[in-house]
Amino acid sequence: MKYIDEFRDRDRATSLIIEIARVLGRIPLTRDRPLKIMEVCGGHTHSIFRYGIEGLLPPSLELVHGPGCPVCVLPIGRVDDGLSIAAHPEVIFTTFGDAMRVPGSHRSLLQAKAEGLDIRMVYSPMDALALARRHPDREVVFFGLGFETTMPSTALTILAAAADRVCNFSVFCNHITIVPTLQALLDSPALELDGFLGPGHVSAVIGTSPFRFVAERYHRPFVVAGFEPLDVLQAIWMVLLQIEQGRADVENQYARVVATAGSRQALDAIAQVYELREHFEWRGLGSIDRSGIRIRRAFAAFDAETKFVVPNARVADPPACQCGDVLKGVLRPQECKMFATACTPETPLGALMVSSEGACAASYHYAGARLTEGSGHLRVVR
Amino acid sequence: MCLAIPGQIVAIDDAARKLAVVAISGILRQVNIACIVDAAHPVERCVGDWVLVHVGFAMTRIDEAAAAATLEILRELGEAQAQLDDIRATPGENR
Amino acid sequence: MSAAPRTLHGSRVSLAHGSGGKAMKDLIDDVFVRAFGAPDNAPLEDQARLDIAALAAQGDRIAFTTDSYVVDPLIFPGGDIGTLAVYGTVNDLAVGGAVPRYLSCAVIIEEGIEIDLLRRIAGSMATAARRAGVEIVTGDTKVVPRNACDQLFVTTTGIGAIRRGRDLGVTRARPGDVVVVNGWLGDHGAAILGARGDLRLDSPIESDCAPLHELIEVLLAAAPGTRCLRDATRGGVATVVNEIAAASGVAIELDEERTPVRPEVRGFCEILGLDPLYLANEGKLVAIVPAAEAVAAVAAMAAHPLGTHTVALGVVMDPWDPRDPRDPRDPRDPRRGRAGRVTMKTRLGGHRLVDMLVGEQMPRIC
Repeated sequence: MKYIDEFRDRDRATSLIIEIARVLGRIPLTRDRPLKIMEVCGGHTHSIFRYGIEGLLPPSLELVHGPGCPVCVLPIGRVDDGLSIAAHPEVIFTTFGDAMRVPGSHRSLLQAKAEGLDIRMVYSPMDALALARRHPDREVVFFGLGFETTMPSTALTILAAAADRVCNFSVFCNHITIVPTLQALLDSPALELDGFLGPGHVSAVIGTSPFRFVAERYHRPFVVAGFEPLDVLQAIWMVLLQIEQGRADVENQYARVVATAGSRQALDAIAQVYELREHFEWRGLGSIDRSGIRIRRAFAAFDAETKFVVPNARVADPPACQCGDVLKGVLRPQECKMFATACTPETPLGALMVSSEGACAASYHYAGARLTEGSGHLRVVR
Repeated sequence: MCLAIPGQIVAIDDAARKLAVVAISGILRQVNIACIVDAAHPVERCVGDWVLVHVGFAMTRIDEAAAAATLEILRELGEAQAQLDDIRATPGENR
Repeated sequence: MSAAPRTLHGSRVSLAHGSGGKAMKDLIDDVFVRAFGAPDNAPLEDQARLDIAALAAQGDRIAFTTDSYVVDPLIFPGGDIGTLAVYGTVNDLAVGGAVPRYLSCAVIIEEGIEIDLLRRIAGSMATAARRAGVEIVTGDTKVVPRNACDQLFVTTTGIGAIRRGRDLGVTRARPGDVVVVNGWLGDHGAAILGARGDLRLDSPIESDCAPLHELIEVLLAAAPGTRCLRDATRGGVATVVNEIAAASGVAIELDEERTPVRPEVRGFCEILGLDPLYLANEGKLVAIVPAAEAVAAVAAMAAHPLGTHTVALGVVMDPWDPRDPRDPRDPRDPRRGRAGRVTMKTRLGGHRLVDMLVGEQMPRIC
């Protein structure tokens, strides 16, 4: 497959791994502690685990999994809000597959579907709009979630619905922005991050400039990275070179997709349809200012929160849940007391175990970081 | 929100609505191409373009030159390493 | 079998067709008996009567299996619920080393289904039975009210004779054995998902639905020491390999670069974020073969039409000893741990776990 296979080439990967080891060896700091690079995006987490990349890298480099998983940070209250919309008999509630298993206060979308609510999985918001056209007697609601990567698609869908005057379609908007989160992370005292792998597809939309503050104010290297194994490895190499050279810059590893200025058409669509909320709740991280967006009044006819009254309750995470610390990179998945005991893919306590790109689910599913042989309890080594 | 895949535009379904058909390894899917259409790239001329597809939308056009440049860097890295290995493997004055 | 076709009143099945009266007899005769055949127009008894000696001539144990088939959509590229119901049960017999001989066919029909649809499915079953060398010798028909079932449920039960000396079992895998699969993985699962239409993908992928009994005979002739055979249906190859590893108390390592996947299935999976190892197959088996017989096994299967892309996909290993000098305490290595673990060497040379899935795979956007 073009533009995929070339970036999964084993020999090129081996070269990069060798080079990474060499550069690491030349960085004095690694004698005292491992270097920590945070990959912000859940897609990077998934790729790293799925290809077993971390196991190929020296232990002097630690990859910290960040909060760039929009499903993982969806608050329980918002899942409940979605379910309250889905409970209306006239509603066909449509969603990406990722959100189906996220637990709300009492049940997930999947469980509600089993109990009789009309909840359907779609691949694209455009398919939800098509459903609305086919069922003029029903109200089709689309569960919009995702960072800036997915915002243009829901925005353009709303614009298409408006252009064609479709009156039975709306979006339940839970889109969030990445920059405030990064800022909150960098302001957090518990973290000791040395560099970042930046979210390649978010950058495809917003460009690389919004991340300049990471280099200029916080003096950490920030390399916007693609998602194939060679992209991840090359980006790591680029971060290490910066560290070795004492630099802190924003660089673009993913130039075949990401333009410095991002996508003007995508940004225009977002600006036309959305505006920032004053604050938005993030599961595990609490409320972050100006991190969520809502649909502008001009498009109220397509805003599910205008069409339907939602409880909007702030529901606390289960007290034992340590998702917040794992999201911030303070804890590794296997260091959470609930990991693989009370919290498993079968019985997820928190969203990091539900979403396939969540650090806990990825770790559980791909790395087997749970019970070790010969012991009946979790033994954390190193 | 990171899962996106390169595909090639093979037909225009609805020019007014900017809907095209993209082929990905023999699978066809209707894709909204509004994000890659502008004055320099009108709808009809997008056939043949490689684009990055995310949830049924073409996010960006894939830059073939940039892809080749990235791979070239990696190829050169491999060559440089091979040369270094050769030097190390050869005993005597070459050190 | 050449009885004059009876005229059924109306084009749809009604509750009258399930009531046990004339309407029901007509439905059974016209749709099922006509397709499956009854010897010399003899009236059907409540039971099929099978010659014990004939069965005993083919083996020393009876293989006996049952399966219910529920699929949406009923008709999909490469087959329909009827084809599945025959081949699925035939394969369950064949992976035990049995010669499949007889099937029963019980259907639960939703009121309102079109009779032509039933005829088509019965026809598929008859064709499949002929191809698999089995006879459908008895059955049952029930009609339930609208919405009481999803169009049509089919249950087939199968009987076969296990040849003397065959001892295939899920506990028999041993370190050093080779894991073999007979071709492209994930075709059926991808075909079904695509055919449902809600993902709006235009896909040429067809189900790989097929009877594996002949291929299995070829394999067992070339590799009589074969330890275990399983058909990789729901949950895919990953699930079957996990079951074998757990039951045998071994670790199994698969090789990503050798995993056979059709380009279209690969594209389908990349678009939706699915892993083909977990997609259902209906014409694929997993064979655990002793190392000494692996080359012969692969060659023999590859020469058969249903084994064109046969490959040795992995090896059975000792469960990893934590005292192993390869830094057993490295928590990043998924190969640590107890028996029953399945791992994969990725195309980069790293390792990942191939875990059992919880629930069905969902397409994802992240």
